[in-house]
This record gives sequence, C-alpha cells and structure tokens, in this order.
Amino acid sequence: MKIKKGSGSKIAIDMTPMIDIVFQLLTFFIMTLKIVTPEGDFNIKMPLAAPRAGTPDPDALPPMKLRLVASSSGDCADIILNARSFSGPNRWQELHAHVASIVGDGSQKADAEVEIDADYNLKYENVIDAITAVSGSLDANGHVVKLVEKIKFAPPKSG
Amino acid sequence: MKIKSANVEPVELDMTPMIDMTFQLIAFFMILINFDASEQDESIQLPMSTLAKPPDSRLETPITIQLTKSGQPIVAGQTYAEVASIKPILDNEKYVLESSNKSAKDATIIIRAHRDAKTGVVQEVIKLCQTVGFEKFTLRAKEEVGY
Repeated sequence: MKIKKGSGSKIAIDMTPMIDIVFQLLTFFIMTLKIVTPEGDFNIKMPLAAPRAGTPDPDALPPMKLRLVASSSGDCADIILNARSFSGPNRWQELHAHVASIVGDGSQKADAEVEIDADYNLKYENVIDAITAVSGSLDANGHVVKLVEKIKFAPPKSG
Repeated sequence: MKIKSANVEPVELDMTPMIDMTFQLIAFFMILINFDASEQDESIQLPMSTLAKPPDSRLETPITIQLTKSGQPIVAGQTYAEVASIKPILDNEKYVLESSNKSAKDATIIIRAHRDAKTGVVQEVIKLCQTVGFEKFTLRAKEEVGY
C-alpha cells in the first residue's frame, strides 16, 4: 500500500502555558528559599540518675568537674577545672590545652568524662564554648580531632 | 509618499536554551528548599561553635525544643510561658513512640537555645525530659568558620 506523504509543514506547539507555569514554579522556589548557615550538634547522653550498682571501677577516670561561674550580667566570670582557674581572652584555648594534657591521646580518651557545673544565670553560649573547648579542636585541614566525648551536666542550681 | 508594505514573516525565536536554563534553575531551587524551617525559629540566635558540623545522617526520632532568650520554650511552632508547660507534649510524644513499638529512650531531644538564654533554664528542660524518660540530647549550635 502506498502511504501518502504529508505536506511536511511543522506543527507549531504553543509554549506559552508551559513557560507561564515554569516561571511561576521558579518564582515560588526563589521566594521560599531561605539561606541559613549550617547547624551542628553536640550529643549528650543523660539518663535520669539511677543508683549505681556495685562498686565503681577503680581504673576508671573520675569525671572532670568543670565549674563555670557567672557574673551578675550572665557572662562567664571564671572557669575552674579540677581546682585550676582559667581567665583572660584565651581561656577557652588554655582550657582545651589543659584537658588535652590530662586526657592525652591514649586509651583514656574514650573513658574521659566532663561534668559541667554552671551557674543558673550563665549565658548559654558560654556552655557551648566550654563544650567546644573540651570536646575537641579542628586540625589544619578542618577535620575535627575529638578529645572528650562524654559530657554531662551537674544537677541544675536553683534560680 | 507611498510606503511599500514589506512582506513581513513571523520571527521564530528558539526557546530551547531558555527552557533548559529555567528547568535547571527549578531543579536547583527544589533541591535547596528546606522543609524543616518550622523547627528553626528566627528569633533564636544559636551560639557559635567551630566544632558544630552538620550531622552525617538524620536523627531517627528527633523532637526539637527551642528556647527563647527569655526562657520560653517553643515546641512545634507553639510558644509556651514556662518550661513546665511542655510536659503534656513530651508525655504525648512518649505515648506516640510507645504505640509504635519504640520508647522514649530511642528519641533524641534537640535543644535549640538562644545564645543568651540562661543555662539553668536549659538544664530545667533537660531535667523535665529526663523525668518523662528521654535520655538522648543534642545541643544545637551554629557552625563558626575559623577559630
């Protein structure tokens, strides 16, 4: 059977509705875009205090008590770790160096624990600074070098 | 003077490159869109930390509690007057978890507190969650570039 050839004229598709919808979608996504800086987490595992079963392990490192004293304005007035005080503009770096010297890079690193005992009125950013100082640092390549991974809070003080 | 009307042919514009670009832009913005925005109250300025890196994987059962500068908790976009007011919500979350064969211990409480909030109030939130049965907490901070 002989098939007749068509006239060969182009079929014109009207693109206008599609372009309308596409631009509406584009506008929607541009307007709902929210640029936020990345957020990260510090993990803390804190079950409700239960009576300890048996005697504590004598080889286990006792938790380091980190005391954060607040000034009347809520800023951090003093940092005390195991009776040693840190002050000055580089106090968090000094605290980090001190914790690193205690924990070292040996097997004790996994067992090391810090208990943060902060004043009620202390501004929360100081607690995050303290957690940052004890939990590690960044190396030259921007990778996190972990130090103390077990962090807990002392029972809250009354306001 | 008589002007001759030219034999005007309709100009055909090639729309293909523009449509290609537009679809690429849509795909780009679709990937970037953040549906978790309801859990990020703009009034809360998180503390900065160089170690606050975004987690590699999503938390399994996250419950976000935000805390304003004045110590008012925000849960699911709703602001409450005091910390104790969110206990019924936490009890409900625990009930929902238990009804899906999980427990409160499996859930992670994400605390997004304002950097100037009182530490004691943050600890009150943690204590309240502990009394309900939650054990895992993460303190959220904003990533700071450089030290």
